[in-house]
This record gives sequence, structure tokens and C-alpha cells, in this order.
Amino acid sequence: MKLWFILMSFLVNNCVLADESDIKLKNGSGKDLILANCVMCHSLDYIQMNSVFLGRQGWEKTVDKMIKVMGAPIRPEDVEPIVTYLTKNYGE
Amino acid sequence: MKRRDFLRGVASGIAIGTSGGIITRPGFANTLSMGPSEMPLGALESAVLESLEGKKPLIKRTFRPPNLETPLAYFNEPFTRNDVFFVRYHLANIPKVNAQTWKLKIGGDSVNKPFEFSLEDLKKNFEQVEIAAVNQCAGNRRGLVQPHVPGIQWGYGAMGNARWRGVRLKDVLNKAGLKKNALEVAFNGADTGTFAKIPDFSKSLPVWKAIDENTLIAFEMNGESLPHWNGYPARLVVPGWTATYWMKHLSTINVISMPSDSFWMKNAYRVPLGKFPRLEKFDSQATEVNTPITEITINSLITNMDDKRSFDIGQSIEVKGIAWDGGHGIKQVEFSTDDGKSWWIAQLKENLGRFSWRQWHFQFTPHEQGAYRILVKATNQIGAFQPLQLLENPAGYHHNSIQKLNILVT
Repeated sequence: MKLWFILMSFLVNNCVLADESDIKLKNGSGKDLILANCVMCHSLDYIQMNSVFLGRQGWEKTVDKMIKVMGAPIRPEDVEPIVTYLTKNYGE
Repeated sequence: MKRRDFLRGVASGIAIGTSGGIITRPGFANTLSMGPSEMPLGALESAVLESLEGKKPLIKRTFRPPNLETPLAYFNEPFTRNDVFFVRYHLANIPKVNAQTWKLKIGGDSVNKPFEFSLEDLKKNFEQVEIAAVNQCAGNRRGLVQPHVPGIQWGYGAMGNARWRGVRLKDVLNKAGLKKNALEVAFNGADTGTFAKIPDFSKSLPVWKAIDENTLIAFEMNGESLPHWNGYPARLVVPGWTATYWMKHLSTINVISMPSDSFWMKNAYRVPLGKFPRLEKFDSQATEVNTPITEITINSLITNMDDKRSFDIGQSIEVKGIAWDGGHGIKQVEFSTDDGKSWWIAQLKENLGRFSWRQWHFQFTPHEQGAYRILVKATNQIGAFQPLQLLENPAGYHHNSIQKLNILVT
């Protein structure tokens, strides 16, 4: 239990506040569009967390929801490369 | 070593113990992970232990909006400490509300006299009551749903049990006076989206539930002011119903004669009609195919060990856990150590109220080497019990199927 307390006090005293800058998405074509369009509303761990189980259709549906429901201002021509990036890097 | 690596190292080797908690022995798999192994790999890999201001390290699912769950071992306590209570937000603008200037506005087309209350008004002018109740996210355990469905991939920890202190919503509404045509009571909180098109998070309750004597406007949990991340200075407490209705940082309450058209009512947090046993209905929001999620389904959880631990042959093993439901109360908890072939009765601990979870425990001594599968099944006072298989639904709500925990005896 002693080790436990030492570790916990380390964690409690040294954890900085939530920091999303450590999130590293996979490199690939279309990543720039993700950075330009998704980060304004949510951290990118939403993408990592929802992997790997969505196929192309699943990611299409998700991007569509972000646009139609959440109002994401994604240009129509950017939708296809965004879905392709997500499917290729975070799809099943 | 980078901080994240260190945290991962800690997480994979040592259980987050509270006093009287467990120290995990090396099992035949990772011990305390970032969730059960059947969760999506990306969810396990992207999770880290992270402290929000005023909180101990919790399992981070997403940074922004912040969604963090309580590590399993904290559920060994009857009440979940405020500094480890889970955090769940839909929207990323979360203002720090100043309690001195905070006002709660009561209005809508179905009240006679719109009112505004300060925190002091609420505390002084109405009878204060306290109730123990489980606050559980509708999507708790979504990460365990097979096949996986998109959303926050929660493990076991998007819930907690607390003593909530506040005033009855009924008393506050009566002061404003309800008109006969009152249909729903709609709630909004101080958090907003990062830009205007994101649907604001607002929820409603049917009037009958809003005026239930157990529905509170709470300003304290476990004897302290609400933590910022759990709704300071005041939040709605709807004992028995899933946490989506427990609006944090309450700002307005509107009594309305038409059904709320909030996205979070009309489109989100809905379950297929007829799929779940459901006594508490929300008729004004139901369609022909689906209906708002309402009460918490009967459920249980083993809290003093995670999956795939190993034990010595002949060693007495104590298994501890909790069971809860939507407010009928727990009648019985059964367990099996042979994958469901035979069942035994676990011992229930003190009853802390019908909306609280109830602790239970049992002991058994394995006399043969090999793999054991432990099953636990809770039954409530009206005879509802946990299903063996998950009741599938598109958004992965109400995960309450019987937990199957594997141990290895050597």
C-alpha cells in the first residue's frame, strides 16, 4: 500500500490539467482537413476512441451527423477526403 | 519517460486502490487497464489517467468536451467521493458559474408567475431534503456493446452514488404556480456549444416526474458543495432516471404546454419502443418507433477485482460488488462460480435507500485448478432481473447484461 500512496501522490501533485495537445492522429492524406474542421468543436480523441469498428459507411454517417446535426461548417468537397482518411486510418 | 508513458505504466500494473481496496496481483493479462478488454482497441489506447481541477486522476475518454470515468476500485465504497465522481459533458464551453450572482429563472407558458431565485433564496425559502441516489449515464458500458456502436466508449465507470441535498423541484414549481395545460418541464444549464449551430443541451421531464417528491434541485453532494465538474452551483437530481436528465449548472426551468423540441429530446437518448421493461413512461415525447430513455435498468458490478486475475488453489476468495436499479430497490443478488450451472445467494449489506446502490459480497474457495467464470445476477423488488444477453439498441444504452468475470486458479 505504501508504494500505492507514493504513486498516487505523484499523480495527484504532478498531473497537469487536461491537455489534448498530446493527441497524435495517424499521418495520411486528409489529416490536414481533420485538423481544420474537427478541432474547433472537439478534441481528436473522439476519433481514436471510436476505432477500430466503423467501416466507410459508419464514418460517412458520423461526418454527416456532424454537418447536419452539429452544424460543422465542412465544405462539400472536403467530405469525401475526410471520410477516406477516417476509413483508411481509423476504419475496420 | 514521458508523463503519458508513466501513467500508462502505473495503470497497467497497479490497481487504483482506496482504503480497503485491492492490490492487484499479476494475472494472466493486464490488470487494471483503461477498461475491460472487450472495449474498442482505440478506446483503450487513447485513454489516459487525467486530473481535472479538483479531481483525482480519472480515466479520460475525451478531453474536450471533458468525459472522464471513475476507476473501478472507487466503487468499493458505499458513496462515490466527489473528487473521483465521473464527468460527462456534451458541449465544450463550460463557464465557471459565480454562485453570488447566479440566478435560477422559472418561466414558460404554463406557469402563472415567473420567478427568479438566488442560491440563498433556494436554500432559505424551501425545505431542504437529502436523498441517496445513483447517477448513471445512459451510455455507461457502451464500450462493451457488441457489435460496437459510436459514441463515448465508456467502461464501467460513468456512474456514481451520492447523497444529494437540495430542495424539491415540486416546491419551487408550486411557488410559480402551474397552469392546467402544463405538459413538460424543460431544463437548461450554463454550458454551451463552441458555436451557435451546435444544438444547446436542454432536456425536459414529464410534469408527473418533475413534481415527484424525490426530484430535487440539488446544491450539495456528500455534504459538500457540488464540484464544478458535477454541476456547481445547482443541478437537477432525478433519482431512478438516467443521468441525461440531471441537468448541471441549472440556469432556466420552463414549464411548457407543448413537447420540447430539443435535439437532445427528439433525436438523442431514445430507445426502441417495447425493447426494455419500462414502467416510467414519457408519453408526450414517444413516437411510433422509439421513446426517451427513462429509468435505470436493474444492474450489478463486481468492484473488488477486474477480469483475469489469478488465485491460489484452496485460497478463500472474497468477491464484493454493488447492485442497483431505477428505484424499486434490490431484493436479491445471486452468484455463480461455474459459468451459470449453479447459483448461490450473496449477502446484502445495509440498505441505504431504494435509489442508492446496495453493496453485497460472497466468499468461495476453489479446490480445483483451472479457469473459473464468475457470474452475478441482481433482482429487484418487483422481480426484474439482469438479462444474460445485452438488449441491443442503436445507441448502446442500458447495458445491464450479467457480468462474466474470469479468474484463473493455479
